[in-house]
Amino acid sequence: MAVIQARNLTKKFGELTAVSKLNLDINEGEVFGLLGPNGAGKTTTLSMLSTLLLPTEGSASVNGFDISKEASKVRHSIGFVFQDPSSDDLLTGRENLYLHALMYGVNMRQANKKMDEVLRLVNLSDKQHQRMRTYSGGMRRRLELARGLLHEPKVLFLDEPTLGLDPQTRENLWGYIKKLSREKKVTIIITTHYMEEADMLCDRLAIIDHGKIVALDTPANLKKLLGGDVVKLKIKKPKLAAVRKLKFVKKVRQDGEIVTLTVQDAGKHLQEILRHIGNVESVESRVPTLNDVFIYFTGSEIREQEGEGGFFERMIRRGNK
Amino acid sequence: MGELNGLYALWYREFKVFQREKSRLLSSLIQPLMWLVIFGTGLGSSIELGISGSGISYQQFIYPGILCMTVLFGSLFFGLYIIMDKRVDFMKEVLVAPLSRTTLFFGKVLGGATDGTIEIIILMILGALFFGIPFTFYSAIITLIIIALLMVSIISVGLILGSLMNSLEGFGLVSSFVIFPLFFLSGALFPVKNLPAWLYAFVAANPVSYAVDGLRTVILGTGSFGLPTDIIVVLGFAVAMVLIGTYAFSRMKI
Ligand SMILES: Nc1ncnc2c1ncn2[C@@H]1O[C@H](COP(=O)(O)OP(=O)(O)OP(=O)(O)O)[C@@H](O)[C@H]1O
Ligand SMILES: [Mg+2]
Repeated sequence: MAVIQARNLTKKFGELTAVSKLNLDINEGEVFGLLGPNGAGKTTTLSMLSTLLLPTEGSASVNGFDISKEASKVRHSIGFVFQDPSSDDLLTGRENLYLHALMYGVNMRQANKKMDEVLRLVNLSDKQHQRMRTYSGGMRRRLELARGLLHEPKVLFLDEPTLGLDPQTRENLWGYIKKLSREKKVTIIITTHYMEEADMLCDRLAIIDHGKIVALDTPANLKKLLGGDVVKLKIKKPKLAAVRKLKFVKKVRQDGEIVTLTVQDAGKHLQEILRHIGNVESVESRVPTLNDVFIYFTGSEIREQEGEGGFFERMIRRGNK
Repeated sequence: MGELNGLYALWYREFKVFQREKSRLLSSLIQPLMWLVIFGTGLGSSIELGISGSGISYQQFIYPGILCMTVLFGSLFFGLYIIMDKRVDFMKEVLVAPLSRTTLFFGKVLGGATDGTIEIIILMILGALFFGIPFTFYSAIITLIIIALLMVSIISVGLILGSLMNSLEGFGLVSSFVIFPLFFLSGALFPVKNLPAWLYAFVAANPVSYAVDGLRTVILGTGSFGLPTDIIVVLGFAVAMVLIGTYAFSRMKI
């Protein structure tokens, strides 16, 4: 049986439907990714699965326990690393870990050893006795990660765990996450905005947009789904009708001045496309990445102010090079 | 066992923070001392208390009231800390832990009561040393019991408000509507005996009055309601607030 099962899971905040009729089955030991633009409903989904929020409709179970009716049993078996800071910065790093160990009933004889271990993992052993007020953002993040691992949960929710981490720590962490899932059969649900991370870490992933799952498969299959290479063009008046007629053009997508084509064997056919489409300002062709899959399913409009900038901005930057 | 560990964890946090925030302790002591020294001496030099032959100065007379005031102002603040926890995800970290909401509530109450009791003990020592408060072993123990009950009640009120609200400013506004009437209508600053009936009604309806009266009875040997009544009312108030508080916590949303 699946460790996590969601059926028509729905959360409404007043008028806004943050999560809409979500169905999920996540298996034991799986690293499952949730991707989606800002405000897609990732955190809300994790909050419901971890019993922090009650669903408006639908149901879900974690480790066989119902999230609404058996909340306390669910909480015993999960760990959560939150998106936003969640430690007391008047306490030292180690004191925050100690608090956590107490709250989760970690055996005190093992707790000290375990604390040393997780502190070493995130490379904070020499900072452990400093107040967290003096930590940098990344160090704080690392400590909170260590804390989530402390009580060895069966299911681990990681909400953008690597946000703001340096590349070294990030790689370390990927290794550890993989080890947890392979060796200890911990089921891990992770949200991230780093496509490369999702690609290399997740066994399967779901892309959600406006609270709905728009794609769900392994990273490899999702990339295959695009059915060819990606050709992006910046062009004012594209002649899309002509391009659509070409048999090696599988998909056409237009977002303002950006036209994205999915093309079989783009290297061979690029010339012909350029001949048909009109006056192009810039063009780029490559094998598809998860990023393309993401943009393909969620479009290129920017959802919130935050984030690393939309596709359009990045394209301009590229075009200027 | 798990819940007990959790209770200890929550207490541990409150206490550590209290130890680190020295300014919190200092400011909680300065205010009552200013009342005693400035208000007590200033007003005391020009009014007659009407408790003839007792030899009690006005400064001594308001001392029990000032202890209660310290509890009022210090304890309600614990509701504010809840709101601050909600602002960051620390609240989520606690709420997602496998602890019951009741444990969470009592952890907060115990943590707050520990901090508050330390403040009160310091004020009692200062009172005995510098303000001529005639503490005996017996009166000191009863004082601490009454103070502890009042503290639990007011911390609970603070936590109830904190669990319902999300804004610091809103909490400040609501709490001043709670604190000032409770304080001024408690007879902390004036004898209750010769009040006009309408004012007496307010004072008699205010549970804090009974704490003040109880303290005055054991410390100074003068009071209005009688010690058993005082203790029963203060105890009842504490039980009621704890019950409402655990309920409010069970309904608290992130
Ligand atoms: N407590 C709340 N009250 C009202 N609306 C909320 C609340 N929490 C979230 N929302 C809304 O629900 C939607 C989904 O939010 P959520 O935090 O789940 O997004 P997300 O996918 O985690 O985004 P991000 O990538 O920015 O973290 C957003 O539109 C958000 O504004
Ligand atoms: Mg989020």
